[in-house]
Amino acid sequence: MIRALWAAMLFLALAISPAGAVSDPNELLSNPAQEARAETIGQTLRCLVCQNESIEDSNADLARDIRTIIRQQVVAGSTDHQIVAYMVQRYGTFILLKPPFNPLTAILWITPILALVVGLGIAFIAMRQRRRHPIQGPPPLSEAERIRLETILHP
Amino acid sequence: MNGRRLLLGAPLAVLAVAAGGWAVMLDRMREGEFDPHTLPSQLIGRTVPDFSLPGLTGDGITGADLQHPRQPMLVNFFASWCVPCLEEGGVLTELAKQGLPIWGITYKDQPAATKGFLGRQGNPYARIAVDLPGRVAIDWGVYGVPETYFIDGGGIVRWRYAGALTDTVLDRDLLPLWQRAQKPGTS
Repeated sequence: MIRALWAAMLFLALAISPAGAVSDPNELLSNPAQEARAETIGQTLRCLVCQNESIEDSNADLARDIRTIIRQQVVAGSTDHQIVAYMVQRYGTFILLKPPFNPLTAILWITPILALVVGLGIAFIAMRQRRRHPIQGPPPLSEAERIRLETILHP
Repeated sequence: MNGRRLLLGAPLAVLAVAAGGWAVMLDRMREGEFDPHTLPSQLIGRTVPDFSLPGLTGDGITGADLQHPRQPMLVNFFASWCVPCLEEGGVLTELAKQGLPIWGITYKDQPAATKGFLGRQGNPYARIAVDLPGRVAIDWGVYGVPETYFIDGGGIVRWRYAGALTDTVLDRDLLPLWQRAQKPGTS
């Protein structure tokens, strides 16, 4: 019975703990608005060690350090932009999970638009061709054929 | 009919081009010329940031020391708990013997542990500073140990390597760079 109670409490504790890898409650800021801001910023930053997780989700040492720096700067009154710029200055735009638009990433960003334009172009040409050469139905029946059809249908 | 056959071949052609690209990529990965996990250092072409770290035994290291070096030098972030750091020990010793000054910065390593490590492995470093919290490393854009930076005589960071240095890396990148940096008037 007691064991079941413990299990239930553990389950509850796990269920209500905040998302992400922040396992040490000391890491969290006591001000919920500031903590929320810090988490939002951390979720846009890539963990340099695991590379496909955000700073907020990663268990890596470096990610924990960067989470701490973000929280220190939030408390110190830095804007989101300043904090992100601080990270980009050190680790480059690679740290941004959402890459910025620049000549290097242009193809990445433009491809969907390009695909849409090409698709619309193909559809437009196909439709115009169909309009210019509409699909021909069977030629109209001659008088002899019409009479023959009549005799078949109404003997 | 010919057009349709051409259309059927198109996906195969795309696949062939992609396979060629992947083959080149894998080959360069095997040769060590390309590592998809490496990210470019933001310090290349710039001086190192300002900082001040205490020495392990003797002098510490400051940003000013490295912004105005008297000659080309190497800065190596390492830790006693890091296995690749163990691997590159021989290469660093060889470089130091050839006359390239190597300064070490320990990353999140207790001084006693560092001293034990150097006692076992030998010490190729002319100077060692301690970055226990790892904050200076973050200012440099370090994302793992070991990381090695080549600074030319003018204090400009010319090269960064993440991972254990090997003879291949030396021959391909570092030694030519060092040779160029030693020639006066070219940097």
